[in-house]
Amino acid sequence: MSSIELRINGKDVRRSVEDHQLLVSFLREDLGLTGTHVGCDTSQCGACVVSVDGATVKSCTMLAVQAHGCSVATIEGVSQTTSLHAVQEAFQRHHALQCGYCTAGLVITAIDLIEREGSQLTRDQVAHALKGNLCRCTGYQNIINAILDAAKRLDVAAQAAE
Amino acid sequence: MEPFSFHRLGSQQARLAALEACDDARYISGGMTLLPSMKLGLVAPSDLLDVTGLPGMRDITVEGRSVRVGAAVTHAAIADNAALNAVCPALCDLASQIGDRHVRNRGTIGGAVANNDPGADYPAALIVLDARIETDIRTIAVEDFLVGMFETALHQHELVTAITFDAPDIARYEKFPHPASGYAMAGVFLARSNSHYRAGITGASGEGAFRCGDLERLLTTGAPLADIAELRFDDLDIFDDRHGSRAYRENLIRVLARRAAVHLKA
Repeated sequence: MSSIELRINGKDVRRSVEDHQLLVSFLREDLGLTGTHVGCDTSQCGACVVSVDGATVKSCTMLAVQAHGCSVATIEGVSQTTSLHAVQEAFQRHHALQCGYCTAGLVITAIDLIEREGSQLTRDQVAHALKGNLCRCTGYQNIINAILDAAKRLDVAAQAAE
Repeated sequence: MEPFSFHRLGSQQARLAALEACDDARYISGGMTLLPSMKLGLVAPSDLLDVTGLPGMRDITVEGRSVRVGAAVTHAAIADNAALNAVCPALCDLASQIGDRHVRNRGTIGGAVANNDPGADYPAALIVLDARIETDIRTIAVEDFLVGMFETALHQHELVTAITFDAPDIARYEKFPHPASGYAMAGVFLARSNSHYRAGITGASGEGAFRCGDLERLLTTGAPLADIAELRFDDLDIFDDRHGSRAYRENLIRVLARRAAVHLKA
């Protein structure tokens, strides 16, 4: 057992965990944050993607103890208000999900991508950046549309705020 | 996964003390290969020693053409490093093609070279760059370090601490990834320094990455690039498996070699 301290969606958390416990199981089972899903459990599908210290990771292939001292962002924390984050809203508007199982990982991935690349994103860049996220319903086209749209809207919002 | 104890190492003294105290310890860096192997029960160490916090393990230093990459530097950090992009963009480009972004944010160069997967990308580059592998006890030339499939010259509990090399004048990596796994079906790393060419091939052989002398001579002597189509690999153990026949992979090497050569000769 190890005692870990980390920040989850802006809140400080201290817990005791088994050293072999995966980060995704810690989030889901110990903290009740079930928005992060387990898909393949083999670091292929991206359903479990969360952000650790500002970098997207597959939480099925990271130990909870490895997140000690880190700041973790999950789908539950992307919007701090009662309304949706611009990326979630774009997914809704563009019908970018069907069963929704992969969506949390895709939204975390998309937010990270937009933060890194901004409104200059091209369709090819988005498609390439989704390599680590499998969706078996949509065929990806609406996901890409949603991300490009969200990138544009966030850019306009940022400019209006300046 | 079988239970184990996890130790975060802060110093070389702590590492040696942990090795003394532990039964069957394994080093962990990003864990992108080790953790899946443990999930599958292929390895079940009693202890994991996290080496990512050891001094110097996460630093990239570029002085002139001389490069030092700490062993726990992630693929994403290599891909994005401005100083490295300025002297050896081909290595950054190679790192950006490993796995996917989420994996690149965790996986490290030291872990990759210590694992020596025959489908890994770095070995092709490192044999061309004549890299040196620094460990806690010695410096090993990469040609001596890479022994064969999943096999290196590392002793038990010897730790890769850094990879060093001198940047070439120009280089290029061309890869054909397996569409599902992203591992190289074949990858060709070409570099030129003082009008001399070096070529490294990965992903295509059970012996791991290898130099291709015929290709190097062809390019260095200025032969027409069309001659690349005549390259033979008869004396090599080229993969012939469900992912692709031997002839298919040999052709891939020729195609990728030509693409890289066109880039270097432009």
